[in-house]
Amino acid sequence: MIQKKYSPFLSFVRKEFFHIFRDRWTSIILLIMPILMIILFGFAITTEVKNAKIAIFDPSQDAATHAIVDKLSTSEYFTIETYVYSQNEMDNLFRKRNIGLIVVFSEHFYENMMHGGDAKIQLIADGSDPNYAYTLTQYASALLGSYQQENISHNFNPPFQIETTIKMLYNPTLKGAYNTVPGVLGMVLMLICAMMTSISIAREKEFGNMEVLLVSPLKPITIILSKTVPYIVLSLINFTSIMLLAVFALKVPIVGNILLIALISLIFIFLSLALGLLISTIVKTQIVAMLISGVVLMFPVILLSGMIFPVESMGVFFQYLAKVLPANWYIAAIRKVMIQGLGISSVSKELIVLISMAVLLIAISIKKFKVRIE
Amino acid sequence: MIQVEHIEKKYAKVNALQNISLHVNKGEIFGIIGPDGSGKTTLFRILSTVLLADKGKACINGWDVVKDYRIIRNHIGYMPGRFSLYQDLSVEENLQFFASIFKTSIESNYYLIKDIYQQLEPFKKRRAGALSGGMKQKLALCCALIHKPDLLFLDEPTTGVDPVSRKELWDMLKRLKSEGVTILVSTSYMDEAARCDRIALMMKGKFLIADTPSNIVNQYNEKLWAVSSDAMAKLLIDLKNYPFIKNYYAFGDLHHITMQANSKSDIELQHDLHEYLEKLKHQELFISNIKASIEDCFMALTGGSSDTLHTTKNYE
Repeated sequence: MIQKKYSPFLSFVRKEFFHIFRDRWTSIILLIMPILMIILFGFAITTEVKNAKIAIFDPSQDAATHAIVDKLSTSEYFTIETYVYSQNEMDNLFRKRNIGLIVVFSEHFYENMMHGGDAKIQLIADGSDPNYAYTLTQYASALLGSYQQENISHNFNPPFQIETTIKMLYNPTLKGAYNTVPGVLGMVLMLICAMMTSISIAREKEFGNMEVLLVSPLKPITIILSKTVPYIVLSLINFTSIMLLAVFALKVPIVGNILLIALISLIFIFLSLALGLLISTIVKTQIVAMLISGVVLMFPVILLSGMIFPVESMGVFFQYLAKVLPANWYIAAIRKVMIQGLGISSVSKELIVLISMAVLLIAISIKKFKVRIE
Repeated sequence: MIQVEHIEKKYAKVNALQNISLHVNKGEIFGIIGPDGSGKTTLFRILSTVLLADKGKACINGWDVVKDYRIIRNHIGYMPGRFSLYQDLSVEENLQFFASIFKTSIESNYYLIKDIYQQLEPFKKRRAGALSGGMKQKLALCCALIHKPDLLFLDEPTTGVDPVSRKELWDMLKRLKSEGVTILVSTSYMDEAARCDRIALMMKGKFLIADTPSNIVNQYNEKLWAVSSDAMAKLLIDLKNYPFIKNYYAFGDLHHITMQANSKSDIELQHDLHEYLEKLKHQELFISNIKASIEDCFMALTGGSSDTLHTTKNYE
């Protein structure tokens, strides 16, 4: 019957770990799901394009159009499936064949190009799968861009301007995993910190434990810290395992400074914890905590982070919405550092936004933490 | 030890507490007795500083429950009505946890909980969620006691507990009292009232009466009769229709009634009722003048039915 006297804080943290590891689903969500997510998003849900079937409508049939078609067909991304010769044919093409993209040249293309005239290329994609369509047009644009680059070096001054995206520049092989790793990282940290913390506090309320904890000499800050420290530890474990998987399984190199990545992640962890605390102050049951963190936090991260669906192809409202999501700032910063290898000065804007959000949310959630029930 | 002056609390449209005043002395076992929904839990929450009252003032040991809640929380033990331990922690881990958040250890106050905890010890590795109702309440009591509070709030500690365990819990409270712990306990079991030093009968957010159990019983100034026959359900209806009836209710195996005041003697009253019931074909009739219990006092005070109360017979 002789037992040691534990400090309230350590004893509380120990109790939290008991809760986590004694519930099978909690431990699965916290330790197995992040790994499954990175593998799933990294391998299965890939937005990479390889040998996409395209069709060409080329009324000009001149040196320039042949060169461009050559460039498209020799790339590993596209296979020229067919040539079309009339507008009517084009209409049926998407329906009848498995065509992803039609490249349409204007008439007298080379002539117009050389004489500063109106040389145009139209890319027609199948919008029923907007994500795939967007990716195809991006790839095609990139290839057209490089054709343009080559011609500039030959002292041509072609009138067509094609945008290329930064993503392509720093992801030369156009691997989907480059985009996925920061996204999954943001999602997992959000899941563990915000969702699991809010659920675990809601659980104390639901089972009436909070009442007893409040009627004890524990300070609110001790309760908050004890509830969050285990999730910080688990977040760091997951951060490490995702990084290792990214490098060794998905072959995504960490170009930038790993310490900087860890620092940004730590700020984001605190931010997410504050969000979780905030949610737990307004809910009373675990199920509501889960729904709120799922709908308010997880969905937007999945949908608006650009991980699966390009934000650029969404409405203005969603683009603004994407801007206020903490996870997007985090993912953007991680992309810059991890994939592009940029330093701290390049992510200063993201860091400032994340730190201010974190400080604000922590302040609100500690202030809102109730020392009484109701 | 506890001083409550004119406390009021409203939930949406329900008056949970209406003008409650209460004084509990040091070292006293004070029972709050009333049916479910009478406001007992609300009162306990206000006194244990986790809920704010709308009006009124309450002090614990001279400390205000609103202003000085932090000091109060160092000195009280609170056992809510709902089972409030961690179901996925073992008996021992629960006790250990509650000892440590009160900055104490199990062994330093072990003597206080020893008698109960010894019964739990064979199951100390078992998860609290797998314990029986009585065991859970014993563990919850141990956890509320482990820091040796000056004042103990027990909200329905015996609800859902078997009669043997209920007796053990009350024996335990008696011993705590001898250690100088003041206890405020609520219950909906009328028979437990007699084990308190003083009780308050509570109904719909109001105190009907607050006194020692014997004083309350002595205050009962009506003639009470117990009646039974071979057809108890019919008997209650027939009693209802008896012209001289005042109050009637089922009380365990018997019906208790009071009759309108008149000049007749007890023998005459008994005889008249016997005759009336015999005409209605009741057999094995039993009519007897009895001494009132706390529950009869409660019935007299409310003038209503006691179906939400746990009468003496209900749990046996």
